[in-house]
Parts: sequence; C-alpha cells; structure tokens
Amino acid sequence: MDIRIANVRKEFGVFPALHGVSLDIKSGELIALLGPSGSGKTTLLRLIAGLEQPTEGEIYFGNENASYKSVRERNVGFVFQHYALFKHMTVAENIGFGLRVRPRSTRPSRREISKRASELLDLVQLSGLEKRFPAQLSGGQRQRIALARALAIEPRVLLLDEPFGALDAKVRKELRRWLREIHEKTGHTTVFVTHDQEEALELADRVVVMSQGRIEQIGTADEIYDTPASPFVFSFIGESSVLPVNVESGKVWLDERPLDLPAGGMPNGPARLFMRPHDVEVVEGGPGAIPGVVSLIRRHGGSRRVDLEVGARRDRIEIELPADFNRGTSSRIAVRPRRWRLYPAEA
Amino acid sequence: MTRAIFPALKRPSAIPGFGLALGFTLTYLSLIVLIPLAALVLRSAALGPAEFWQLVTSPRTLNALRVSFVCSLIAASINVVFGFVMAWVLVRYRFPGRRFVDAVVDLPFALPTAVAGIALTALYSRNGWIGSLIEPNGIRIAYTQAGIVVALTFIGLPFAVRTVQPVLEDIRRDLEEAAATLGASRAQTFLRVILPALVPAILTGFALALARAIGEYGSVIFIAGGRRDTEFAPLLIITRLEEFNYSAATAIGVAMLVISFIILLTINLIQAWSRRRFGSG
Amino acid sequence: MAEATPPKHSARDVTTEGPVVRVVLIAIALAFAALVLILPLIVVFTEAFDGGLGTYFASLSQPDARSAIRLTLIVAAISVPANVVFGLAASWAIAKFEFWGKSFLTTLIDLPFSVSPVISGLVYVLLFGAQGIFGGWLDAHDIDIIFALPGIILATIFVTFPFVARELIPLMQEQGTEEEEAAVSLGASGWKTFLFVTLPNVKWALLYGVLLCNARAMGEFGAVSVVSGKIRGMTNTMPLQVEILYNEYNSTAAFALASLLALLALLTLALKTVLEWRFGDRITGANGH
Repeated sequence: MDIRIANVRKEFGVFPALHGVSLDIKSGELIALLGPSGSGKTTLLRLIAGLEQPTEGEIYFGNENASYKSVRERNVGFVFQHYALFKHMTVAENIGFGLRVRPRSTRPSRREISKRASELLDLVQLSGLEKRFPAQLSGGQRQRIALARALAIEPRVLLLDEPFGALDAKVRKELRRWLREIHEKTGHTTVFVTHDQEEALELADRVVVMSQGRIEQIGTADEIYDTPASPFVFSFIGESSVLPVNVESGKVWLDERPLDLPAGGMPNGPARLFMRPHDVEVVEGGPGAIPGVVSLIRRHGGSRRVDLEVGARRDRIEIELPADFNRGTSSRIAVRPRRWRLYPAEA
Repeated sequence: MTRAIFPALKRPSAIPGFGLALGFTLTYLSLIVLIPLAALVLRSAALGPAEFWQLVTSPRTLNALRVSFVCSLIAASINVVFGFVMAWVLVRYRFPGRRFVDAVVDLPFALPTAVAGIALTALYSRNGWIGSLIEPNGIRIAYTQAGIVVALTFIGLPFAVRTVQPVLEDIRRDLEEAAATLGASRAQTFLRVILPALVPAILTGFALALARAIGEYGSVIFIAGGRRDTEFAPLLIITRLEEFNYSAATAIGVAMLVISFIILLTINLIQAWSRRRFGSG
Repeated sequence: MAEATPPKHSARDVTTEGPVVRVVLIAIALAFAALVLILPLIVVFTEAFDGGLGTYFASLSQPDARSAIRLTLIVAAISVPANVVFGLAASWAIAKFEFWGKSFLTTLIDLPFSVSPVISGLVYVLLFGAQGIFGGWLDAHDIDIIFALPGIILATIFVTFPFVARELIPLMQEQGTEEEEAAVSLGASGWKTFLFVTLPNVKWALLYGVLLCNARAMGEFGAVSVVSGKIRGMTNTMPLQVEILYNEYNSTAAFALASLLALLALLTLALKTVLEWRFGDRITGANGH
C-alpha cells in the first residue's frame, strides 16, 4: 500500500507540531522516522494511523483519501512504545482481539481466530505461549506479541512507535534483525519511529530525518550519512566537528589564513565548516592546512581520538588518528579534512 | 529488647530505635485493640456452642442480621453503579464544579454519622423536602428498610468512588488507542478493555462499602425508626446491652465480626488474585 | 479517486465518548452527588437556622450543649495525640525496618476499620462494665470507666486507631531508609534522625492523618453511645447530645449542634483538599476512611 502525505500541518492548541510535511512511501518499503524528541516524528506516525487528525493537509492510502477516516476504518497495525497489551487477556486473546471485535458478518469463527493466533505466534517465534498473561512475559516477548497482535488484522500498513525504546541494548539488537526478517517475510509497508540513528540507518530502506516539526532529509542510509542536506542532519547523524570560517572570493578562510578548500557556490560571509573525525588527516604543515594544538589524546577502540584547538578562538575539533600516533599534548600539528561540507553561519 | 529476643527475625539495620518503636506499637495495639477484641471472643466462648447457636439463630437476631446484610448489599450495589459513573466522570471529563464534586465525595468520611442520620431523616420524613414529594405518591422511605438503604448508600459512596478512581487514572491511554487501531468500537473498548481492568477495584470498592454498611449505626438509627421490621444488627446489640443481656449482645457481635472478617478476607483474595494475574493491584 | 470532502475533524478522539454520552454521564454524576451528598448537608444548616440566628446561638449556649462541646474537645485532645504517638512509632517500625510478621502487623493496625463502632464500644463494656471481666475489681476500688470519661476516650481511641498510621506507613515506605542511614552515618542519634530527617519528610501526611483522626474522634457516635451512658451534662459528647435533642423533638437545637460538627467536617474536607492540591504527590496514603 502506497502512502502519500501531502502538506500536513498539525497544531496542538497553538503549539505547531508539524509544519507542512510531505512524504511519499512506496508499497512494501521500510521507513524510519528519525529525530530528537519534539521533532514531530511520533505525531506524524499517529497522523498516519488516524490517532490524530491533521489541522491541514491530506493523507492518502493508495488513491484513497484517508484523512477523514477514523482509526478503526484505516486498518493500520500500530505497535505502541509500551506495547499496550491488554493485561487481563492471555497472549492468544490479545492477538485475536482485532478479529473478535469485528462485526458478526466478517468475524472469523472462534477456531479460525485461535488458529490465526497460533500462526502469528509461530511467526514471531513464541509458539506455545498462548495461555500466558502479559505480566508473565519479558519485555522482548511483549514486543513480539504486540507485533503479532497488530499483524493479526492484516493491516494495510504497519506502524511502530519507538519499537525497541523500552528494551535493553542486547535484546534491542536481536529484535532489530528479527523485525527486518519479518518485514521481508510479510512485505508490509512499514513505518517506525526512532531516536536511535544506528537503528534507523541499519534497518530502514529509507530514513526520514526530522527536526522541529519539519523533514530535514529523506534518503537511504548512504545518502543521509554521506551527503547530509543540512547542518542539522550532519551534526545529528554520526560524529562531527564544526569550525566557524569565512568565505571570501571563492575561498575558505580560517581567521586570516586561507584554507586549501574550494568554497563552491557559497556566497561571501561567515560560514560553518563541518567534518567527521575519521575524515580528517594529518599533513606536514604547508599552506592551506588547519594548524592546531593537541589538547587531549585518548584511546578509542583501534584508533586514537585527538582534540585539537584551532585558530584564534581555540575552537575544538575532534579527529581520529591511527593508534601509533605518538605526539604528546601541546604539540602542534596541521590537519586537512578529506571530506567536508560548508553551510552558512547560523543567523 | 525485641532485637535481643528475636535476633533472627529482623534484618540488621543501621537505623536505631526499632526495639522501642515496635515495643510501643505492640503494647499499644494489644491494650487498645487485641485484648478487648479477645475479651469479646472469650466471652462468647464461655457461652458454649449450644447457647451461642441458640442466641444467634433466635428469630429476632436472624431478622436483624438479615436486615443489616440485605440493606447493605443493596446499598453497596447502588454505590458500585453510581460510584463508577462518578469516578469515570471525575477522571475522564473536565466540567465546571469537578474539583468541588471530587472534594465532596469524601463528605461521608468526614461528616459525623449522627449528623448524617438526622439530616437524612429530616430530608425523607413526611415533612421533609424529599419526603413531602414522594409520600403523597405512596412511597415511604423514612422509617422503612428503604430508609436504611438510603443511609447506607450515603456512608458507602466514597469507598466505591475512591477505589475505582486511582485505577482508572492509571489506565494508559495507549490501551484504548490500541483497541481502536485493532478495529474495536468505543463500546467494545469499554466493555472488553477498560471494564475488565477495573473489575478488581470495583469488587474491592463493593466489599469495602458492604463491610462498612453492615457495621454502621449512627447514620441508620434515626432513619430506621424504632420499628421491629427495621431493627438492624448494631441496633439490636445496643438494645441487648441496655437490657443488660451481655450474652446476646456478645453473640450478635461475634456473628457480625465473623461476617466482616469474611468480607475482609475476600478483599485480600481479590487483590492477591489480581496482583498475581495482572501484575498490579 | 477523490471523494466528497467531509467536514474537517469529523473523526474524533478515540479515547473519549461522544458529546451526548458525556453530558448524560456528567448529569447523572452531578444529580447523584447533589441528592446523596449535598442535599443532606444543606438540610443541616437550613434546619439549624430555622428559628433564626437568636435561637441558633441560644441553643448552642445551653449548659448541656456547652458541656457536650467541652467533653468532645477533651476527648479529642486526649485520643488524637495518643494515636499520633502510636502512628509515628508504628510507621517508624514498619516502614524503616524489615522484620518477620510485618504485613500481618499492618493488617492488625487496620483492624478497627473493619469492626462495627457498636462492637468497638461493646468490647470495653465486656472488659470494664458492671458484669465485665474487671467489673468487680473496678467497682471495689471505686474506679469508673464505663459510663464515664475513660470509657469514652478508650472507645474513641479504638475507632480512630488506624488513621495516623495508615497515612504515614505507605509514605514512609516509599521514602525508603537512605536518608535515615545518611543521617546516622553522619553521627546523628536515632532521636535526632527522627526529628530532623524523618518527621519533616512526612509532616503533611501527618497533618492529614491528624485531621481525619480528629474529625472522626469528635464525630464518633456508635462506639461512644455504647460506653457513655448518656448522662446529661456529664457523659454526653456532641453527637450524643444531638441524638438526645433530636429524640426530644427539639429539632432546631439538635441541628444547631449538628451544624457545628458539619462545619468541622467541611473544614476538614477543605484542608484535606488544599493539602492534596499542594502536596498531592507527597501525601500518597491510600483511600481515606
């Protein structure tokens, strides 16, 4: 099921949660909505589900305008952050709930419902737990039951709100791989919300990076990581250092020193130079390099991380160097970024 | 002190004062509550089983116990229904006067029972605001068993509201949203998701209101009047005491105590069951 | 496949009911509250002022009324502090220590709530009454307990026994023992730890418990009625005097005295509400009684 979100705006009272968001999701895609808290990602997910109504704009399921359909009519599978399992029902009753509440004319028989519940338990690899109550399950098991319950109604789209947020790191990794497998097996169009970039980049076909109620960038993991569309995306995804610089006549200037970096089409004036620690190399001085004083060295896995104080304002940048880097603190070195991006200074 | 006597029964602690605090607690508890209650049990034991049985099963006693029990049962049922509606409205909706109603629910806890008793009697007697409306239509409440039910409804209401209210507040919104995404109507969500989660609290509120009602005296005595068919168990105890018939008073007292302990036990079982099954009280 | 555009916001919030259901439920709740709770309260005051302000104050200054008020104050002044001391000791022992039989002890403390007030009086009659276990001995030594002040106080302490303890225990349990352990490790004595660490942490819950305890102590009827003997001007507390006046068809005087008790109840409720609004999260004691 294709989903098209067209110019959706959402206000809670006077507080704008989303400003004119548009997004096309292709059938069978696995999409991550990634952003810090308050970025509007959960609001967008709830709008797709019909748990919230847009202040303006439309949401299409296929060709059908679903904007005014209630959540009951949209037939979406929603997995809640805290699972929202019904405590007084067994696992099988939880999974069968969506089928049991159907009108008599479309309701499957009791036997079919319990057969369907068992099949779904097989799918989520929890066979045999039919008679358990949610209180008797671990967090990871509850998560799987919640997913099985959402799948039971044969949803047109599967929506997951921070699906692994409440789990510890190890279970999280396992479930991540497992969700990918389920997605490949069932082929549901899937949208999940996360604030964990590793999760988003590893799991999703495409990642939607959001900030302050706007979409900053939509793209594959490579696109998001290698060609960030905005300073926000650059600094939110992965590690980065920023250096305030000046652009003048097509060149980048650090204080009074021209750097050997083409400014491209940047207009003259103050700018910010973004780079990642592992995209910076040490050079033997020379014009155009960034000179700095080593202020801190620490071991970081198989390499060393070095903090460098740069320029008149002693701005700090972090670079990653081989473990055999043997200079001490206070020594002077010069570096040059292999990859970088230039953005205008903040207003 | 206690620590020296029961070295293994207390987990060691850096905080002092355990012996003194527990010693005082146990002494005070024994003097005020346990020994006097034991006196009641001893006194009834001294009667011997035959005499005890004969006193408890005398027609007048049985009638009084039945009046108390049946009226309490009806009042507790009324309270469960309306108390639930009140708890629901107080938790779920915002309307003018909500905080006032929320505060006033506790009135029966705070208002002396005798005051409630004469006020209800004044309200429902022939010349009262409500009595003057209904008696011409042939409905009598004051000085009938219906009057007892009215008084017991008054004193039991807070139990029904205050047990359901916090549980209702704790029901997560996402449960209802989950039910809706799965296609349930609002009525189905209420009946299949919300109500079952509240059943233990509703039962507890019912049992608490019932236990309180069975022992109630002050608010009932006035509206019940002195008639034989509205004679309820606590009143009969007082009547027997005034006749210096301590044996009969004791027997009725023990019978009532047994009833309230059964109710108390039921409450504990409900809560233990719900904790075991759903992981919360 | 564009459809006819329905009005905006047609799909409503799935976690609430439609406006009609809402209004009906609110109306039922308000009507029930008005009928069961508010109306009796209004009756107390309209009946009390039935004969005008002059009659009202005249009824309150009757010697019997004044002696009843005095007795009620004395009873509360003794039984409330007694239960405060007990409540503090019990909650200290139960909340700050782990020992065998703790939950059983907690159940025993709640016991007086599940006993009929009439039985609360009866047990003391069986102990100290003329035919009671100690009756003969008391008579020989000329000590009056039943039909006298000590009996009234004992019965009142019995029925108000759990109020303070049950407000304090859950709160103190929630607060744990870390602060006390810190105080002791800094060299504070047990007494100082209690006074400067524990007590300030529970002061609002304590006040709350005292309010409820006091309201019940002054208003107790059933238990006191059994042990008092109802001797006018001697062993009649306010609620008992209300009963006597009412039974003598002196309704205005009965309601005048009752209105004082009702005021006390309203004051208690008001203070309780204020405390809950201001310190809601710190007064976590379970439902009142």
